[in-house]
Amino acid sequence: MSIQILSLLANAAWETAYMVLVALSIGTALGAPLGVMLATSGRGELFELPVFNRVVGGLVNATRSIPFIILAVAIIPFTRLVAGTSIGTSAAIVPLTVAATPFIARIIEGAVRGVDAGLIEAAQAMGAKPLQIVFKVLLPEALPAIVLGLTLTTVLLIGYSAMVGAVGGGGLGDLGIRYGYQRFRPDIMAAVVVVLIVVVQLIQTAGDRLARRLNKRVR
Amino acid sequence: MIRLEGLEKVFPAARGQAAHHALKGIDLAIGKGEIFGIIGRSGAGKSTLIRTINRLENATGGRVVVDGVDISVLSSVELTAFRRSVGMVFQHFNLLSSRTVFGNVALPLELARVPKDAIAARVAPMLDLVGLSDKRDRYPAELSGGQKQRVGIARALVAEPKMLLCDEVTSALDPETTQQILDLLRDINRRLDLTMVVITHEMSVVRDLCDRVEVIDDGQIVEQGNIFDVFVKPEHPTTQALIAGEIEAALPKSLRRIIHEGPGAPGENPVVKIVFTGPNAYEPIISQLSRIAGIDFNILAGQVDYIQNRPFGILFVEGKGGLAEAEKAIAFVQSRNLSAEIIGYVDPDSVPAG
Repeated sequence: MSIQILSLLANAAWETAYMVLVALSIGTALGAPLGVMLATSGRGELFELPVFNRVVGGLVNATRSIPFIILAVAIIPFTRLVAGTSIGTSAAIVPLTVAATPFIARIIEGAVRGVDAGLIEAAQAMGAKPLQIVFKVLLPEALPAIVLGLTLTTVLLIGYSAMVGAVGGGGLGDLGIRYGYQRFRPDIMAAVVVVLIVVVQLIQTAGDRLARRLNKRVR
Repeated sequence: MIRLEGLEKVFPAARGQAAHHALKGIDLAIGKGEIFGIIGRSGAGKSTLIRTINRLENATGGRVVVDGVDISVLSSVELTAFRRSVGMVFQHFNLLSSRTVFGNVALPLELARVPKDAIAARVAPMLDLVGLSDKRDRYPAELSGGQKQRVGIARALVAEPKMLLCDEVTSALDPETTQQILDLLRDINRRLDLTMVVITHEMSVVRDLCDRVEVIDDGQIVEQGNIFDVFVKPEHPTTQALIAGEIEAALPKSLRRIIHEGPGAPGENPVVKIVFTGPNAYEPIISQLSRIAGIDFNILAGQVDYIQNRPFGILFVEGKGGLAEAEKAIAFVQSRNLSAEIIGYVDPDSVPAG
């Protein structure tokens, strides 16, 4: 493999990492509070807001039911508004974030709902305020599940980031399509696939390990 | 210290379930330093009752008054402060799996924003008190059930509460561990003069731990009194049923099978149950019985318990003679202010030797 291809690969990998990490960070910053609210705003729960719960739940479902490639195209005006352009790696972060946020919200909701209700009750009996319950009880107890969920999200975003390649987003997917497919370079296509497989394996392994280390439930 | 006045709780109908009237006018007064037991079958309303004391459950009628303050009118800020003065221990421990023993015990202090070094200084003696100093940095998953409950107790005590609510705290533990936890709670009660409200469905817990007991059935108090009296002379059928389990344990199954109700066939011997309580419990009753009735008595089974340091014993004896002698014996026992009755007859050949 020539130096040229290697440099193409390295550059594309960096772009992918950049898109995925930024989308993951913003998506978590937005999705985590949403997820906690979804998990605690139902009837009889900590922050009882049933209407909010239903509206946000509906929105999350709506976003998640749109195939990503269609979502990426459909929100181009919004992408232009936020990023100033609809082409390029930075612009691709917008649809990735829009897709990641509701996904992460559901992940966090599920993780928080998995926390034993007895712990909430115990904290209330100790005189914990609702926000203290979130930060001292729910999130620490849900952390292993959250880590696993975010690992899953990361892998999903790597897949999505390959799709934004198709709409001019850059990254490994873009490289695969433009060189591997359109210029008939199976060697580049193969290299892209190998890199993706290795990266996904590494991320999944690291996420599993971290979650296991954080999980003090089983010894 | 704690006064419940006409306490009512109705769970409204929801999701196809009919409304449930869980508490139907509970009146109750618990004194400072007292260990007060509330016993009932599952579903009797005892858990709801204890949860209204720190308003984990809001009563729908009546009042909960603690130290002269009506709990039901507290604002959320006042309620938080009040809850910090009430420790609670749970059946399933409810420990945070992500925190060590130390971290779990420290939690109530963290919630109250006690500075870090002060927390360490207060958690250590608590771990000492419950005998877990060596498990300080372990996680709950590494502990046995009894150890977990000790952590739960330390956590409930660390903020120096004025009372402790115990919700079925031994129901998930084996008998031996139960005894250790009960001893610990007794010890804490004596050392700290701490008021305790204990919910349980196990009569033995009430017997070994409490000073006074209230029997709750279908949301109502059906019997109330000090432990010894309730134990020795249970009046309500629910109480009798709860105690029967304890007493029947004194008569092994193998014996229960061969004892049948009267009238006894010729050649069969009467079986007398003698209950010892009060000042005459220590009398050498069996040898006296033999002398007075003129027959021998064979002890089939028996058990002596101490309830609040007073002896409470049950003896099942087989009278080696007829009904007349047995009745003579019973009259004698009753003259000593002990209770005795014929519970059935037994074929002497079927009684296992020895």
